[in-house]
Amino acid sequence: MVTMISIKPLLAVLVPLLVIPVLVSSSSKPNVRESWIFVSGTIMLILVLSMLPVVLQGKQLVLTLFEIAPGAALAFKVDGLGMLFALVASSLYIVTSIYSIGYMRGLNEHGQTRFVSFFALAISATIGAAFSANLLTLYLFYEILSLATYPLVAHHQDETSKISGRRYLTFILGTSIGLVLPAMIYCYHVTGTLEFSTAGIFSGQLSKPQATVLLLMFVFGFAKAGIMPFHSWLPAAMVAPTPVSALLHAVAVVKVGVFSIVRVMTGIFGVDLLADFNLGVVVMSIASVTILLGSCIALSQDELKRRLAYSTISQLSYIIFGVALLSPQGLLGGVIHIVMHAFGKITLFFCAGAIYVATGKKYISQMSGLGKKMPFTFTAFFIGALGVIGLPPAGGFYSKWNLILGTLEAQQTIFMVVLLVSSFLNAFYFLPIVYKAFFGKSEEEDEDGAPVKIQEANLCLVIPLLISAIISIVLFFYPTVFINLIKVGLNI
Amino acid sequence: MDNYPALIVIAPLLGAFFAGLAAWIEKRLSYPIALAALGLSLFSAVNVLIQVIATGTIQYRMAGWAPPMGIEYRIDLLNAMVLVLVSGIAFLNLIASYKNVIQETSDRAESFYVIYLLFVVGLLGVVATGDLFNLYVLIEITSLTSYTLIALGDRDRGPLAALNYVFIGVIGASFYLLGVGYIYIKTGSLNMMDVANILSGIQGSTTVLVAFFLCIIGIWIKMALFPLHVWLPNGYTYAPVAFSRVVAPLMTKVMVYVMIRLMISVFGFDYIFTELNLGKAVVWMGTIAVLAGSIMALSQKNLKKMLTYIIVAEIGYMVGGAWLANELGMTGAILHIVNDALMTFALFLAVGNIVYKIKSVDLPNLKGLFGKMPWTMAGFVLAAFSIIGVPPTCGFFSKWYLVLGAFEAGAYHFAAALIISSLICAVLFFKVFEICFFESESKGHGDPHSTVIIEEAPISMLVVSGLVSISLIVAGLYSGTIVNTIILPFLR
Repeated sequence: MVTMISIKPLLAVLVPLLVIPVLVSSSSKPNVRESWIFVSGTIMLILVLSMLPVVLQGKQLVLTLFEIAPGAALAFKVDGLGMLFALVASSLYIVTSIYSIGYMRGLNEHGQTRFVSFFALAISATIGAAFSANLLTLYLFYEILSLATYPLVAHHQDETSKISGRRYLTFILGTSIGLVLPAMIYCYHVTGTLEFSTAGIFSGQLSKPQATVLLLMFVFGFAKAGIMPFHSWLPAAMVAPTPVSALLHAVAVVKVGVFSIVRVMTGIFGVDLLADFNLGVVVMSIASVTILLGSCIALSQDELKRRLAYSTISQLSYIIFGVALLSPQGLLGGVIHIVMHAFGKITLFFCAGAIYVATGKKYISQMSGLGKKMPFTFTAFFIGALGVIGLPPAGGFYSKWNLILGTLEAQQTIFMVVLLVSSFLNAFYFLPIVYKAFFGKSEEEDEDGAPVKIQEANLCLVIPLLISAIISIVLFFYPTVFINLIKVGLNI
Repeated sequence: MDNYPALIVIAPLLGAFFAGLAAWIEKRLSYPIALAALGLSLFSAVNVLIQVIATGTIQYRMAGWAPPMGIEYRIDLLNAMVLVLVSGIAFLNLIASYKNVIQETSDRAESFYVIYLLFVVGLLGVVATGDLFNLYVLIEITSLTSYTLIALGDRDRGPLAALNYVFIGVIGASFYLLGVGYIYIKTGSLNMMDVANILSGIQGSTTVLVAFFLCIIGIWIKMALFPLHVWLPNGYTYAPVAFSRVVAPLMTKVMVYVMIRLMISVFGFDYIFTELNLGKAVVWMGTIAVLAGSIMALSQKNLKKMLTYIIVAEIGYMVGGAWLANELGMTGAILHIVNDALMTFALFLAVGNIVYKIKSVDLPNLKGLFGKMPWTMAGFVLAAFSIIGVPPTCGFFSKWYLVLGAFEAGAYHFAAALIISSLICAVLFFKVFEICFFESESKGHGDPHSTVIIEEAPISMLVVSGLVSISLIVAGLYSGTIVNTIILPFLR
């Protein structure tokens, strides 16, 4: 593997971080503050994009900052996998920033400076996690992200958000300190390194029971991935303002969890070791339970954001499921679902927020007939739903298709059934919402059936959700960049 | 200059003398004299550290008398580092203390400074000396001055807490002195190097065994190892905040240094771990101290008292690490002396700021503190994360070495205790954060223009607490450097 030393990954992490003091000092001038967010977001995206061609050529950009102990440094490495995740997070950060303005100002929220500052800190940590060269660095950014998100989850500072914040921390911090930290130090104790490499870091030091315990500690320990039974922080975190739910709890935070698990499976254990010990099936079974239960619980939720949250829990496990297949097709389908689900789910959350700002409605049962009032929003919702279900012409089709091929390739027919059943469930919990919105009877509709006036939310809310919906469709036709990144990143 | 080692201790000693003298003429003179004395001491300590790193151990003979008759200062990498730590914290604390002292002990400010300097003289002497009896004398200087300064604190409970401390402190000192007596009977020497040489030729001596236990138990009492800690919480809680801020980070850590010094430079690892085989038992004591300290901290209603129980837990970290009988554990213990001193100092600096503004550190009185004192709280949060062990703060990295050492020694119970203590600390501190964040008097939600009036501590206090909080991250990032240039060369 060709490596080049580059300062760009560090810069990409630092840009949103360094802009925080500026945000704080311009707190009395919201427009100035918001323009700084765009400037920093754009610079970050440009930095990430500028690294893309090199990575696509199969090279890696590396930078070591601090050598803590031999084999455990604070170091960055930009490879295909990290690039894929950074690309998704940094592009959606800009879209979400537009949305954020509309949402926070539309609802006249308090503490907006605090909100955007911690948001910037969170995105910085996300990019850091994406570019981590080893498990120690990944853990560092994982923890920073957990803590930076807490004030966002607890933003309303009332009793509900206090309880939710507590649950959020208990699960996220409890598992990362209680499970990941000892597992990580044990790996270092055994091998003397934590550097990610496609061959894995172990060479015969682990027995099968040891490997199983360690792997389970990682899989459950990265609780941001929402694997049951450590999932219930995610529905609780829905008390946060919707931009947080959209970017952090559909893209950044939850996918840092998934990304960490993928890294550990492919970079610490290595696909070969997992296959030798037959551990893929173990992880796949755990993921399957979450996929099915998550979908079932989503069906029963009436609050839209909670339904989306349970859907996220279920969809995140698709990614882990795909990687656990340990076959090229499965890896491809799983990892690309990071991208496809991100764009689909963020669209859905944007819509949920737009509906709330425009009408104050949070419950699905109230949304009947709303599609006539908000046609753009609900069209976007429909596209986002297609993406999550995995139907053309949305990008999600591509990941589900590969996952199913992967199960066939690995001759795991039972698990293929899991995927199919869950996809039906996905359709069941999303499509009726859209159908009722367009064809159902609205509560306040005039009895004489006079045509309803279009009352969309403000433009800052509608434009982002249209952008992400359009990208969802574009990804169906042009997924090549991401596919190549995965192939480069995982050597498949 | 060759006399730097002496100057480290002599400067504050003369400073105390002149500060007392000057107070007869003009009371305001004693503060600048004290500041200059400690500044000179810090300057000398830094020079000595640089010199020791460059050229190796310095032997300084007091008044030119040769050991074993004369008193020798033996400054190697370990105590050079601790000297910088002690003089640095004492100096910075004096800067931050100016207003606290005026507020709390206004009528006796000049005597506070004199005794404060003498206390620092004791600590610095303990660290610098290479003579067992001289060590006793200096420990008594620190203890006597502590009793006095604690009694200066809370009018009702300070004197009683001090009396309690006097009784137990005297017992500890007597144990140690008795131990030194036995050593003198057996070896006829009090110089550490000399004693170590003679002891290595003696095997199976009951006198040495008794001497060893008396010395170690005496030091354990002085360092408040559970269950010998009972004097500490009240003593540190009811002391004037300007003093608790220096005694809490330094006193116990210097005693840990003494323990390590006795283990390495007097009795030797062979004697302790091979001949007596005490490692396992003491690691269990450390484990229990870690858990007991953390759990007792949970039930406290007073912030300062809660922090004192955390010190009890941290002592368990260092004792356990030092007795793991491997290099990693000892590295962790020594690194934790530095890190724990810094983070405890940072926490108590925040406490000092809060006491200055709010006049109380009972938890219910801290409502809305994030809004009122954002800078102080930022420092507090950072220090709390360091105690919890969130990277990249320094607390993480010493924990890293301690857990690694525990794995290597097979002391899984100690590793588990460290992890559990991290979790308990997370609960502890987030309990405080919740009070400061949620229960603000103004209604939080919905009002974007609610102006919280910022009432921060004076700038002198903020600068110090900001500096120390940032040093937590710097120390964390450079922990690899500290380990490689100071701790490992010392241990090898």
